[in-house]
Amino acid sequence: MIEACDVLVVGAGPAGLAAATRLRERGLGTVVVIDRDPLPGGIPRHCGHSPFGMREFARILTGPAYAQALADRARKAGVELRLATTLVGIDRGQPLVATVTSDAGMARLMPQRILLATGVRETPRSARLIGGDRPLGVMTTGALQLLAERGLSPFRRPVIVGSELVALSALLTCRSIGARPVAMIEADERPTTRRPFLLLPRLLGVPVRYGAALARIEGVSRVEAVTLDHADGAMERLACDGVVLTGRFTPEATMVRAAGLEIDPGTRGPSIDQLGRTSDRRVLAAGNLLHPVETAGRCWAEARMIADGLADDLLGSSQGHETPVEVQAGPGIAYVVPQRLAGSAPGMGRLQIRVGGARNGRIVVGTDDGQVAARPRARLLPERRIDMAIPALAEGVRRLRVGIEE
Amino acid sequence: MGAGVVADVAVIGAGAVGCAVARRFALDGASVLLLEKGADLLSGASKANSAILHTGFDAPPGSVELACMQAGYREYLAIREGFNLPVLETGAMVVAWSRAEEAALPAIAAQAVGNGVEDVRLLTAAEIAEREPHLAPARAALLVPGEHVIDPWSPFLAYLRQATALGARLSFSTEVTGGTFNGEVWTLDTTRGAFRARSVINCAGLFGDRIEALLLGAAHFEIRPRKGQFVVFDKAASALLRSIVLPVPTERTKGVVLCRTAFGNVLVGPTAEEQQDREHAATDGATLQALIRRAVEMVPALARMDVTATYAGLRPASEEKHYRIVARPELRWITVGGIRSTGLTASLGIAQHVARLYRDTKEAKHHLPSRLAPSVSMPNLAEHLPRDWQSPGHGGIVCHCELVTLREIEAALGGEVPARDFGGLRRRTRCAMGRCQGFGCLGRLAELTRGRLQVPLAEGGGS
Repeated sequence: MIEACDVLVVGAGPAGLAAATRLRERGLGTVVVIDRDPLPGGIPRHCGHSPFGMREFARILTGPAYAQALADRARKAGVELRLATTLVGIDRGQPLVATVTSDAGMARLMPQRILLATGVRETPRSARLIGGDRPLGVMTTGALQLLAERGLSPFRRPVIVGSELVALSALLTCRSIGARPVAMIEADERPTTRRPFLLLPRLLGVPVRYGAALARIEGVSRVEAVTLDHADGAMERLACDGVVLTGRFTPEATMVRAAGLEIDPGTRGPSIDQLGRTSDRRVLAAGNLLHPVETAGRCWAEARMIADGLADDLLGSSQGHETPVEVQAGPGIAYVVPQRLAGSAPGMGRLQIRVGGARNGRIVVGTDDGQVAARPRARLLPERRIDMAIPALAEGVRRLRVGIEE
Repeated sequence: MGAGVVADVAVIGAGAVGCAVARRFALDGASVLLLEKGADLLSGASKANSAILHTGFDAPPGSVELACMQAGYREYLAIREGFNLPVLETGAMVVAWSRAEEAALPAIAAQAVGNGVEDVRLLTAAEIAEREPHLAPARAALLVPGEHVIDPWSPFLAYLRQATALGARLSFSTEVTGGTFNGEVWTLDTTRGAFRARSVINCAGLFGDRIEALLLGAAHFEIRPRKGQFVVFDKAASALLRSIVLPVPTERTKGVVLCRTAFGNVLVGPTAEEQQDREHAATDGATLQALIRRAVEMVPALARMDVTATYAGLRPASEEKHYRIVARPELRWITVGGIRSTGLTASLGIAQHVARLYRDTKEAKHHLPSRLAPSVSMPNLAEHLPRDWQSPGHGGIVCHCELVTLREIEAALGGEVPARDFGGLRRRTRCAMGRCQGFGCLGRLAELTRGRLQVPLAEGGGS
């Protein structure tokens, strides 16, 4: 049996729930959201801290309360939530078919559109190519949070690797389970998070070491020590009983790849136009699947814009089929989202740009005929998103290039 | 399982070879005792290999190794359906990119034919490109259609389950620390007390020489661990490759292989690094990067693929290249040593060979007649065959990357030969072996395994 619906949303995090709610508000009939987890809300559900919800609910909520509020709002809007249900494949023939599995076994859905909002995950040890033994006690922040939620403690004296915002979350989670980190280490010479945030480790008495890369992990059964490779070439052995690998988020784009949709090498997520459409117009994407990684509120707002475009499309006030303009990331630019502009519909309305490394310069957007937009010269940092309005383009423009001018 | 009971045969080591030997003796009517130092089977050398079922086309002609490989290959294919064990019929290509490599191919083909692998044939550059469109253009290749890929863990669990169904006794976390032979019976002292058996089969892998020295006074060989590091690419990469890609071998090693896995990934490895240490199989970042570069040289599109896993294993090579299988009938002792990378394929053949060596002793007369093989059906882990998540009542997905169900996790933690450590659970189910390496499932797994693994994933969490 195959079940028809208007839109199948994959992922009940802030983006998926925001889009589904918006689609119902706009008058779409059946909007089904599936999530592999047994509870809705996505990553915020595991973030026991504030602030969430200012933009969405005009008040400050903790992650779990925020997740609950999003799910309540979606249900009230008539969104059908199916939890503990995993997408296992997308068949992009005619019609579009999604195969899912749950305790009830396999089922097939035939939506007019699929919106993927599968989020991000942290890069694990293997993909970081960290050498050494393979003992227990090496994990990402996400895995640590899932243990801590259950009152479980995998170590007492871990090393925290990385200095993105999520490293502070790892630090707080360690505290919550009574673990006292030995050190926070960052391979770069500077923190990836804005400096004030890094007061936290100091307050908690955790030394922060810059220019220290994790070279090796030791331990037969459990972690016994790590070896740090310092920027000056010195190697240092640090006794510890665990390693938390934080950040280096990467889109959970498994289904995008499996469905044969185009992947952007910059984001490693699907390549989209400003309406969130992937290389197959029937499959859209939203949230951090598009860009590792933005806040929940940001994903929520962006997903609503994508949902508006999708509602316009399905309700008939559709966008045209103009030849798309390719958006290219030049040297020094890690990525630009969207990767393509199609037609005049506003969609997400702006270009979201990240640079690859810290430098001074100005961001310029140009066509083959010259510059069309620029931002004033500034300190450019990889952890800071740069937003630019999508410029108005002349007829016949086929390519936009985003680059840095020193 | 005290010292009172005298087994016909004590097998030391539940690696690939030990499991196959235990099964063979149980089938032949012997009462079998299997002693394993680790918490679970396949805890040593056997946990990490390239999972290739070899034809023996390039094995030393006339060797015991070749005979065991070919007997093992045949028996695996004969019994695997009964056990519900997979085979991924990939075929292999020995690929020549240089003129020198090309020149070496005819001799390899001749050796294959000499070894009885007669269906090999040389491929032209155009034929290679047609068969493997993503492979970096090569000059020539030798196609070996019979080389396949298998699940490297489930078979041995299947063999143990069959052996236990025939009454074999297993004792894990049981390290042999000494022993004596009184002319009739061996008494083996272990960390879990004494065990008695009329004969001993030493399948102790990386510690085979130490066990021999410990119990016989001197070892006739010396284990020289050879480390192999591997990199596993994301499942999306499996669309880039059909065959097992073998380099033209050198004197010392078969070289770095690129192949699909039964679990739907692509694997590159192993390296061949001599080391003294028998416990630690460490990876290092630079070597892993070199392996990735090598893989990308072979299949350039792999540059865009994510790395799912990295690991290293130790092969129990010895100071000589050949297998070190020796029977000491007067001591009722057989050593199966120096079983290097071909052991996965050869294990069933080695078991047959050992059983023949043993039958020549009068001990075999004690046995009951050979017994009918009890039926054992394994849960399928291979990607190309039906998986548990496809049928209802699976309780939901626990590991999302590898689509491992609650029902599978619970089955692996219970029943015959349950998982006793996290590695054992991973090998039984594939859980936490996927691209996120536990980001999504570690919490749940810690909860599900509480009180059931020798080294817990985490502490606390109430009763």
